[in-house]
Amino acid sequence: MLLIHCPYCKEKRPEIEFAYAGEAHIVRPDAIAQSEMTDEEWSKFMFIRNNFRGEHAERWWHNAGCNMFFNAIRNTKTDKFVMTYKMGENRPTKTQIEAAKK
Amino acid sequence: MKFSAISLFANALSGHKKWPSQFPNKEPKKEYDVIIIGGGAHGLGAAYYLASKYGIKNVAVLEKGWIGGGNTGRNTTIIRSNYLFDESAALYDHAVDLWDGLSQELNYNVMFSKRGVLMLAHNVHDVQSFQRHVYSNRLNNVDNRWLTPEECKEFCPPLDISSSRRYPVMGGALQMRAGTARHDSVAWGYARAASKLGVDIIQNCEVTGIRRDAFGNVEGVETAKGYLKSKKVGVSAAGNTSVVMEMAGLRFPLESYPLQALVSEPIKPVFPCVVMSNAVHAYISQSDKGELVIGAGTDQYTSYSQRGALHLQEHNLMSICEIFPIFKRMRMLRSWGGVVDVTPDRSPIVGKTPVGGLYVNCGWGTGGFKATPGAANMLAYTIAHNEPHKINAPFNLDRFIGGRLIDEAAAAAVAH
Ligand SMILES: Cc1cc2nc3c(=O)[nH]c(=O)nc-3n(C[C@H](O)[C@H](O)[C@H](O)COP(=O)(O)OP(=O)(O)OC[C@H]3O[C@@H](n4cnc5c(N)ncnc54)[C@H](O)[C@@H]3O)c2cc1C
Ligand SMILES: [Zn+2]
Repeated sequence: MLLIHCPYCKEKRPEIEFAYAGEAHIVRPDAIAQSEMTDEEWSKFMFIRNNFRGEHAERWWHNAGCNMFFNAIRNTKTDKFVMTYKMGENRPTKTQIEAAKK
Repeated sequence: MKFSAISLFANALSGHKKWPSQFPNKEPKKEYDVIIIGGGAHGLGAAYYLASKYGIKNVAVLEKGWIGGGNTGRNTTIIRSNYLFDESAALYDHAVDLWDGLSQELNYNVMFSKRGVLMLAHNVHDVQSFQRHVYSNRLNNVDNRWLTPEECKEFCPPLDISSSRRYPVMGGALQMRAGTARHDSVAWGYARAASKLGVDIIQNCEVTGIRRDAFGNVEGVETAKGYLKSKKVGVSAAGNTSVVMEMAGLRFPLESYPLQALVSEPIKPVFPCVVMSNAVHAYISQSDKGELVIGAGTDQYTSYSQRGALHLQEHNLMSICEIFPIFKRMRMLRSWGGVVDVTPDRSPIVGKTPVGGLYVNCGWGTGGFKATPGAANMLAYTIAHNEPHKINAPFNLDRFIGGRLIDEAAAAAVAH
């Protein structure tokens, strides 16, 4: 079972308190953009995923805790979390990820 | 060497110590007509059909570990074809047709056992949805029939059908043509048969890059054993498909999840068939060694670690004990995990890719073992003709653009 640090509760809690919520930083196009999007662009938004083997940005939901969504960088080879951060913060840069590992 | 009663007898005399190795461990040649990435049963089968059916014998299968060490050797071997949609029924039933004669064809016992797969209904929705499956299967000539609770009990005596149970058995859908097979044998049988026809099976040979020519078409692959040329490359890498596809600059509608299974200590024959329960969420059968083989759904997060969390196994076993209180005091022997490649509609992708000379067989997720001979044959056909067969044509990559999904996810809401 994963131990996950919730950036809102500021605490490490067991995985059973959380729900995985898919790849992070996939922005839903606004209404104007939607009306102009091609099928290819929709397909990319809806279905295509990075599915990285390595450091992966993903969303988690602390549904049996504070009920907040947040983002995380997790290594999908080892399942180790590198860092978690609040919703609305930018995707961490390579340097920030490296720094978080130390 | 051909397996027969005579060879078995002769080898018994020498204490079974003189069986020759089943296929040679090859070093790669510089160039092949077709390279298959991934030595699971799907990839090995594709190589076998390329050589046996489509006359292409200069073929290599490249496997990063050992053959069958991926999901092929980790799955719970349920074989069935009672899927809802016409496209799926055709694809999975094609596979069952091939399973039927496979041991004879390969001269290798894959232990295909048509012991029947029973899917239990525990509520009104289950009853309606399974009966819909039964009728739709009948229209497609796929074997599947409805059993009353008493008939379920007769077919599977360990089942508790008393109406006082929390999740009472309200009936079940039974496919008699369905069952199990011996997973390792399928990989070994295809490898042996393919290698006899001239296919090179190369283990410990991870593919690390895909080279393309000036027109963007495939011209070869970088591997742990050097650069190998080939104008046609088939990818059959299951959970690692996204990683391999990225080497050709492609992103896929796939996510890789851990899927676990476990077996109990071996006991005398007690369980005659395969039983699945979507609502309580578990499935079970008994292996020829006597172990109860148990599984359920994937872990919630994507991962390539080939392991999952313990609370899933706990949940899985609670479900089994709920349906079969008789097993409450059994002890579990082993558990393990694989990495399954899941598509948004839970149907596979088998066909061409936007890159010339690059073909793919993936997205089988939690349920591709049953399809092994069919998937292998469809991949081989598509590579040989540079055109999909009519059975795998609907399972193209473009369906995710046009929206013509084959939504077995919504139809079945369960796995394997
Ligand atoms: C626990 C579990 C239970 C399951 N139960 C069932 C079931 O009951 N019924 C059912 O129908 N299905 C089941 N499945 C699904 C089934 O196992 C798979 O769909 C099927 O085995 C896929 O076969 P394959 O040959 O494509 O994959 P694999 O056997 O995984 O083969 C892919 C191979 O590609 C290799 N590879 C990957 N990347 C590279 C690279 N870069 N270079 C070289 N080689 C590479 C891997 O090492 C691997 O050996 C289950 C799966 C799991 C994990
Ligand atoms: Zn929280």
